[in-house]
Amino acid sequence: MTSPLQITSRWWRTRLRRAAPWLTLAALLAAWQAAVVLHPRSLIPGPWPVLLGVVELAKKGLLFKYVLASLFRVTWGYLLAIALAIPCGLMLGWYRHCEYAFAPLLQLFRPISPLAWIPISILWFGLGDSAAIFLIFLASFLPVVLATMNAVRNIDSVHLRCGRNFRLSEAQLIWRVLFPAVAPQIIVALRIALGVAWLVVVAAEMIAVNSGLGFLIVDARNAGNRYDLVLAGMILIGLIGLILDIAMRRLEKLPSVQWGYIGAK
Amino acid sequence: MKRWQSRISPFLTAVLLLAAWHAAVVWTHTRIFPGPVQVLAGLKDLAGRDLLAGYVRDSLLRVSAGYLAAVALGLPLGLMLGGSPTAAAALNPPIQIMRPISPLAWIPLAIIWFGVGSGAAVFLIFLASVFPIIVATIDAVRSIPPVFRNAGQNFGLPSAMLLRKVIFPAALPQILVGLRIALGIAWLVVVAAEMIAVDSGLGYLIIDSRNAGQRYDLVVAGMLLIGIVGVILDSIMRRIETLKSVRWGFCND
Amino acid sequence: MSNQAVQARTTALETRLRVANLNVTFGEGEKAVNVLQNITLEVGAGEFVCLLGPSGCGKSTLLNVLGGFLKPDSGEVVIDGKPVLGPDPRRIFVFQERGVFPWMTVEGNIGFGLFRLTKEEQARRIFYYVNLVGLSGFEKAYPHELSGGMKQRVEVARALAVNPDVLFLDEPFGALDSITRLIMRRELLRIWQKERKTVLFVTHDIDESIQLADRVLVMSTRPATIQRVVDIDIDHPRDISSRHYLDLRDQIFEQIGLAHKV
Ligand SMILES: Nc1ncnc2c1ncn2[C@@H]1O[C@H](COP(=O)(O)OP(=O)(O)O)[C@@H](O)[C@H]1O
Ligand SMILES: [Mg+2]
Repeated sequence: MTSPLQITSRWWRTRLRRAAPWLTLAALLAAWQAAVVLHPRSLIPGPWPVLLGVVELAKKGLLFKYVLASLFRVTWGYLLAIALAIPCGLMLGWYRHCEYAFAPLLQLFRPISPLAWIPISILWFGLGDSAAIFLIFLASFLPVVLATMNAVRNIDSVHLRCGRNFRLSEAQLIWRVLFPAVAPQIIVALRIALGVAWLVVVAAEMIAVNSGLGFLIVDARNAGNRYDLVLAGMILIGLIGLILDIAMRRLEKLPSVQWGYIGAK
Repeated sequence: MKRWQSRISPFLTAVLLLAAWHAAVVWTHTRIFPGPVQVLAGLKDLAGRDLLAGYVRDSLLRVSAGYLAAVALGLPLGLMLGGSPTAAAALNPPIQIMRPISPLAWIPLAIIWFGVGSGAAVFLIFLASVFPIIVATIDAVRSIPPVFRNAGQNFGLPSAMLLRKVIFPAALPQILVGLRIALGIAWLVVVAAEMIAVDSGLGYLIIDSRNAGQRYDLVVAGMLLIGIVGVILDSIMRRIETLKSVRWGFCND
Repeated sequence: MSNQAVQARTTALETRLRVANLNVTFGEGEKAVNVLQNITLEVGAGEFVCLLGPSGCGKSTLLNVLGGFLKPDSGEVVIDGKPVLGPDPRRIFVFQERGVFPWMTVEGNIGFGLFRLTKEEQARRIFYYVNLVGLSGFEKAYPHELSGGMKQRVEVARALAVNPDVLFLDEPFGALDSITRLIMRRELLRIWQKERKTVLFVTHDIDESIQLADRVLVMSTRPATIQRVVDIDIDHPRDISSRHYLDLRDQIFEQIGLAHKV
């Protein structure tokens, strides 16, 4: 029923859609290059020197080392935080008296920007990995606990009644009904928290430690205005952040949690 | 009974926390870490030197300027990209590349462009909030149930009116959630930006108190102020979410 | 055969809507699903027609094509002599209660389509239709403060307020309890008799179709064709225990392949 003409035009359209991102990307790079050519005395280097900067970092072995250092801190701080936060959040949402006892505490600490803890974390942990991990822990723990708690409190009571109806034990009810029911909301909170953790590690590394991508940026600027390395660091931060975000969005695509996002009310 | 418990428990926890903090400071005989009494004295000291109000005001002004600029750009852009898949396909790559760059990584460039001062901090806050706003708005527009759009078109509304009377209000509840999250991030970033790029504001207060003479009483006082202002900003956003015309998006009946 | 049956019926009314050889297929290649096959029908001005068929057979798809929300793969839809190219305010679609705008009050919803009129005229129409559907006192209420039946009436009032020629209703009373549903049917008939709109009403409820329609078009399962046309020649108000009513009901049950005994 579809004519060959229609098919070719559709073929071209899908091609164009596929190519559009790369075209804009190329345009962006060209604009960057043009801006640099037009302002020759600017401190900001063009795309080519930045690429050379990345190569230089890789040759010196710093690239791998810094990326690893940043990822190491984020991984520990974040994993520790969610390993504690999800069970705590489930408990707080499930048991009313737990909530009365601890929720106000969380509410007191939550609005204090994790970066405001920098001086104290340095005081407690010294300059080094532990201080940064502590900051990342703080940044991801509180949002995940609160989101989990709210998700449990807003759960559709029909699901719970249904579970009780089948005589599930309390532990079974939590594991087989409650947890899957709140999983979609927890995953969204986890993604947002990972984004914030990635933001915090950069800040922490600018101030509290001597390695990692955040340090790279500050150090490249302070030690000799190496703006090619500054931009290289920014691009690396962006790329890794993008990969983390894509990985978390993959989680949201899992069939067992998809229902939570369809027809969001 | 329940009511009474939930009213009183925050105060109870706060009192217990203060007592535990005080006891810990007394027992460990720490010289450096301040107790609640010293922090209170520190706050008085700041207020006496007229720094308190000034610092709070500076931080708030920077956040408002950067955040409002981000809303002014991000909201219309998000509405447009959410409505048009072609525009979204074209503009997506730059957004996706810039978005995950931690706003603090822009500090060196911000200082080149704006110098050391409020301009750089405002720019960082703008960057920190504009991407979450754009992305949340796009998501919100895309998840509008098609029934609403169809009903709007059915009555023959011109497209500007369709946007104003259907698309925007239908997406608003989800957009507001995005705006609240973005404000939280903006508040987080202003603290970091002030630690590095300027010499006033609450972030500056914290880092300066530490560097200039290990005044940890002022550090903790600064943290408290950051927390209090953060709570106020958040509760304003939540208040907006309870307005009748957007409440439907949040109640699960 | 079915097409002949439809065309054989020559209405005394002038034709308002004409559909010829409509086909709709979703998906492509292997996964293609032929939903509507060769649908042909005519509806006269002021007629009340029910489309009856089992869930998932393609009733909503057909109604969406008629409303201009969906382009058919082939075939044409002509209303008042002009082909349908898109949605039009002279033909309003009522989507269950889900179509009510939750961010607007009852007044706001009912006045939604009246933006071309003067303020006074808008107020007058809103007042009239709020009363017509029995919602006076709830003008300032938001939809989440209303019951399902009230929301449904808001949507019907919103459609009527723009004075359309044709109403498309897609299982409008499906989500209501059976008592409210009966009341709503009576209300709809009352309004229809008063305003004489052309109505296309989709339902999977056999009784509902016989109680409401002048004509019932019985659709088959996928790919949907019009299997049979049943004229309901009983005057309103209809006695649902009369011999004739029950005969018609039996005919349709038989057509669908069900014995009407449980
Ligand atoms: N947009 C679509 N894409 C693919 N399949 C669809 C789409 N819309 C409806 N269908 C399929 O077409 C069939 C008829 O749907 P519908 O018209 O909604 O049925 P009804 O209203 O009679 O219950 C169903 O099997 C449904 O799965
Ligand atoms: Mg249907």
